[in-house]
Amino acid sequence: MTGEISGLLGARLKAINVGLPLFADALRQQGIEVLEVDWQPPAGGDTDLLALLDRLNQTEDDEGDSG
Amino acid sequence: MHALCRDMWLAHGVPPTQTVRVGLPNMVVQNVVKKNEYRDSVMLMKASEALRSAQGVLNAALMMGTEANKGLLRNGGLLTEDGESAAANDLILAVQAADEQTLQQALRQAEELLASRGHSAGATAFRLLDSAIRAMPDANLAIISIPGKFAGREARQALEQGLHVFLFSDHVPLQEEIELKTLAQRRGLLVMGPGCGTAIINHVGLGFANVVRPGPIGIVAASGTGLQEVCVLIHRRGSGISQAIGVGGRDLSDDVGGMTTLQGLQALDADEETRVIVLLSKPPSPQTAEKVLRKATQCRKPVVVNFLGMESKQSRPHLVFTRTLEDAALQAVALLGDASHVLDEPTAIEGDLEQKVALEVTRFAPQQRYVRGLFSGGTLCYESMLVLRDDVGDVYSNAPLQPSLKLHDVGVSQAHTLIDMGTEDFTQGRAHPMIDPSLRQARILQEAGDPEVAVLLLDVVLGYGSHPDPAGALAGAISEARARVSKRGGNLSVVAEVCGTDQDPQNLALQEERLRQAGALVVPSNAQAARLAGALVRRIALQKGGVA
Repeated sequence: MTGEISGLLGARLKAINVGLPLFADALRQQGIEVLEVDWQPPAGGDTDLLALLDRLNQTEDDEGDSG
Repeated sequence: MHALCRDMWLAHGVPPTQTVRVGLPNMVVQNVVKKNEYRDSVMLMKASEALRSAQGVLNAALMMGTEANKGLLRNGGLLTEDGESAAANDLILAVQAADEQTLQQALRQAEELLASRGHSAGATAFRLLDSAIRAMPDANLAIISIPGKFAGREARQALEQGLHVFLFSDHVPLQEEIELKTLAQRRGLLVMGPGCGTAIINHVGLGFANVVRPGPIGIVAASGTGLQEVCVLIHRRGSGISQAIGVGGRDLSDDVGGMTTLQGLQALDADEETRVIVLLSKPPSPQTAEKVLRKATQCRKPVVVNFLGMESKQSRPHLVFTRTLEDAALQAVALLGDASHVLDEPTAIEGDLEQKVALEVTRFAPQQRYVRGLFSGGTLCYESMLVLRDDVGDVYSNAPLQPSLKLHDVGVSQAHTLIDMGTEDFTQGRAHPMIDPSLRQARILQEAGDPEVAVLLLDVVLGYGSHPDPAGALAGAISEARARVSKRGGNLSVVAEVCGTDQDPQNLALQEERLRQAGALVVPSNAQAARLAGALVRRIALQKGGVA
């Protein structure tokens, strides 16, 4: 563990906002480039189903890596 | 930071289903339930306000269908059978109107407002974080403010793709926070939060942030409005901020072990612009406090420490321990060694305020003796309790200094009481009080109805994200409250601090003036406001021949 932070302090901020649009608006007012994600709960908000889908995706990724 | 009930800014997306109407004498009520439709509470608050302002609309609310929200709608006479059937992932449009035509018009307006989705005109919105990152491959920061149970997943994706994270969301599971911060450290990334309300990175405000001058003071903070207060007081003393890194309220717990705080201290120690570091938190666990203080001692720069309510008996090289947020700001400025920045110690009552206070004290009715505080900032509430207890003794709260002082019912104050209105107790189904003043307006009038209340203590927080005119929104209730108490032969002293700067979008001077015009005594820091409230209570006691 280094604890170092790289590529943030002193760098030009370029942001992606996931959630409240007012935070994206505030960044724009400060001259910061920002893209917005119009977030909706994945898997219809069913966290159990979402966890299952994430595990399946992870398995596919792992198989893809090994293959 | 205080728990901004971020989870209530949450829930879920799809088409209108059923419509039911309830006919009551001279009015009609209707609910439209939109299955799996999610909108954040800020957007819903604004849409609800727009609907309520239409002529003929008696009441209206757009809310996610959580049980808590349905309770609010039920109590307001706004819930029909259709609304009752809504699930937490469904959106309820509830309108009460004088006639059927007005009601249908309001529902059409609600649909139009929802279609705008709350985004700025011209702003492109992506459906997925991945797509947004592909469109901006050099993005370096993700700002995440979605329901806590989903927020960790988005934060992990952002970290895996090399983005730093500002995680505003609350209620992210502790284990997930530890995993996110461990992943971030491995990759040289920063996770500010979860539950991080504010930060200033490279002079850019994130979340709820005041507009302050760039300068040589860097801050690492586990308390949101604490960070805001210190930033604005540094600005007002003529200095400025290099970086203000929020770490989230749990970072200094033993479970998390101060991971982000340690990263922040190291980064500020290495940062060329930073000459003095300020470290802010509510009292950490002793073990983590020791770990963080050891790191602070190793810094090459002086570190001003404020662990609210936890004073150090030991002196350490490079470290200056302070009692209040104001002291922390003043010490930081003083340590820069520029005499022009160092002003006198703050006093609670000065100039014409002294005369006003003397006048106020003569007007109280015999039974008036208690202070009641209504705060939008959790740390500001906490600090006020610390300051006040020296003057008045026990202070009750929904977020008290010790468990025995917890209010039995957050809706009813007792003796001296300070309320943190940013907790879940008050944010179920609505936006934070920094954005939505309605509950505080009502509570001001409620407290004024208690014949034993003498002093009302308030904070008003400015900056990005906050209400466009927070003082103006409270001014009417303050004037009304004072008028009511005056009418029954008493006096209500209102003491307030505006946590803001001359450069904030709402403008400090204008906001302070609005409060003064409403009859409030306005002082320049939260600690001073609490001290003034305490002084008023003491003077009342003295006048009555009681204990000083």
